[in-house]
Amino acid sequence: MAETHSLQDLGQQAAVAAKVFIQRDYTNGTVCQFQTKFPSELESRIDKTQFEETVRTLNNLYAEAEKLGGQSYLEGCLACLTAYTVFLCMETHYEKVLKKIAKYIQEQNDKIYAPRGLLLTDPIERGLRVIEVTLFEDRSLGR
Amino acid sequence: MKSCEYQQIDPRTLSASNPSAQSCAGGQSSAKRSRRKWEVFPGKNRFYCDGRIILARQSGVLPLTLGLIVVTCGLFFAFDCPFLVEHLTVFIPVIGGVLFVFVVVSLLQTSLTDPGILPRATPDEAADVERQIDTTGTSSYRPPPRTREIVIREQVVKLKYCFTCKMFRPPRTSHCSLCDNCVERFDHHCPWVGNCVGRRNYRFFYSFIISLSFLISFIFGCVITHLTLRSQSGKGLVQSIQESPGRYPFSALDPPRRTVVELVICFFSIWSVMGLSGFHTYLVASNLTTNEDIKGAWSSKRGAADSVNPYSHNGVFTNCCVTLCGPMPPSLIDRRGSVPPDDPSAAAAGAPELELPPFMAKSDTRMSPKELLERVVRSSELCLLGRPTVPKTAALQQEDPAPRDPRCSSCSSSSSSSSSSSPSSPGCWEGRPPCPPPPTAAPCHPYGRGTRRGSLDSVNPAFRLALPSPALSHAPLVVVVGGAAGSAPVPPH
Repeated sequence: MAETHSLQDLGQQAAVAAKVFIQRDYTNGTVCQFQTKFPSELESRIDKTQFEETVRTLNNLYAEAEKLGGQSYLEGCLACLTAYTVFLCMETHYEKVLKKIAKYIQEQNDKIYAPRGLLLTDPIERGLRVIEVTLFEDRSLGR
Repeated sequence: MKSCEYQQIDPRTLSASNPSAQSCAGGQSSAKRSRRKWEVFPGKNRFYCDGRIILARQSGVLPLTLGLIVVTCGLFFAFDCPFLVEHLTVFIPVIGGVLFVFVVVSLLQTSLTDPGILPRATPDEAADVERQIDTTGTSSYRPPPRTREIVIREQVVKLKYCFTCKMFRPPRTSHCSLCDNCVERFDHHCPWVGNCVGRRNYRFFYSFIISLSFLISFIFGCVITHLTLRSQSGKGLVQSIQESPGRYPFSALDPPRRTVVELVICFFSIWSVMGLSGFHTYLVASNLTTNEDIKGAWSSKRGAADSVNPYSHNGVFTNCCVTLCGPMPPSLIDRRGSVPPDDPSAAAAGAPELELPPFMAKSDTRMSPKELLERVVRSSELCLLGRPTVPKTAALQQEDPAPRDPRCSSCSSSSSSSSSSSPSSPGCWEGRPPCPPPPTAAPCHPYGRGTRRGSLDSVNPAFRLALPSPALSHAPLVVVVGGAAGSAPVPPH
């Protein structure tokens, strides 16, 4: 969805120049966090603080999805008592946050990244391994 | 131009303004039938109900597990319950029924759920990782490192590179050679449930073995009570076993056989299942996986003196809550999503030559001809490695064998006993002959590949894991447990 919208904005002859992959940050264990280090390929395209803000917000959203708190325990206990059949009919907290993340990425793409010839791919489509940033040939800068 | 080869979007579909050409929406393509991702899934899995249900290709002894549970409970409800309802209480079949339903539902959920499979890296990702690895080692003749060290809460953890999935495995992830997938928080591959046990289905597996322990104990207790009450009603125990009450219509199944069948099944399975439940309760309480426990990853005698499990929350109750009641992660493989028409993974299923241009296009400006040639060879391997092959994953066993059964390590260390004790170890894969490889995999000989690439890395882990010392401390416990990875009531011969 996000890609279609942004790519149609970029025009019909959008050509992929390169792809940058933001890897996972495992310093806090297996929780889903991405490295906030700014890749050098994006230096000419986007502001460092802007990009880091995006990644940091994504990290916070994923932390919220995997948060161990009252709600997740309640969901877990209810599921346990019903022999986990409740997962078949109920949307889990994680899935709800994933929808929020998808919406946030689409919004970021529309407002910030597409105008600069960039495209963020939702990490869930890459198995939560990487944030894929696609760099398109930026004709507006005369490249 | 080199960028043309990177078309993520098909220009034909863009000009037609067809939004369903993109993959993320997961919608159906309008013109031709688009395939679902499960149809092009590279791992060794079977899918049913249009991708809703996932099963390992080798279902192991799952039918046997189900059969034993159903038969034992059937005998119990048919023969013991009427007597006990009459002499004790009507709640006997109610409790039995609830436990039976719980066991079967947990078993089916363990078997039919995605255990936490990590999708394989896309070709672009794989190329990016390869480039990062190669830039560190191009100047010398040393093979490029295939491990990455990270620090998690002051513990050094090594991330290994998975040749099949073309990525560095996250911590606690292991590649299952039977399913040919990397699985998150890999525990073991359980032949009794016919699936891997990993991050997403560990809680189902645990509830299965706990409820099965209760069910077996309950049935065992009820059968003993039944025989005791019968023998107390004036007749001897042997006579009460041999007695055939007239009101029971199933005269074909005479009492001696059915009682003995139930007793034998329950008696032998109770030790293995309860032992397994106890072992997994210990694992849950310390937030370990079977894989880590077998390898002694965090035990203090290995390497550093102060080796602490960095994933533990330092509290038994917290660890239990996290493992069993934590948030349920989603399936990452998106089985029912649609494959985009120009997706390389779909193309690889049909036309391997499409794999070559992207690699050449991306890297030709930066690489020497020798490196370019290497890339072409590797990219052709990528196409071939898309097919699941047992010999290829046997090489992975060399690097990082994820044990399917705790007994596997004891089997490898004591090869003489493995052949004699094989009946109770269907999960012990060391003695099994590998499946014949398909012809396409012939050029990619796994051992040749292992020696061509990081041979130092592939030799060392294998050598380390061949040492029985981490496993021996657990071998006695495991042998007593019987079919340790298993959980079905079956008597070890």
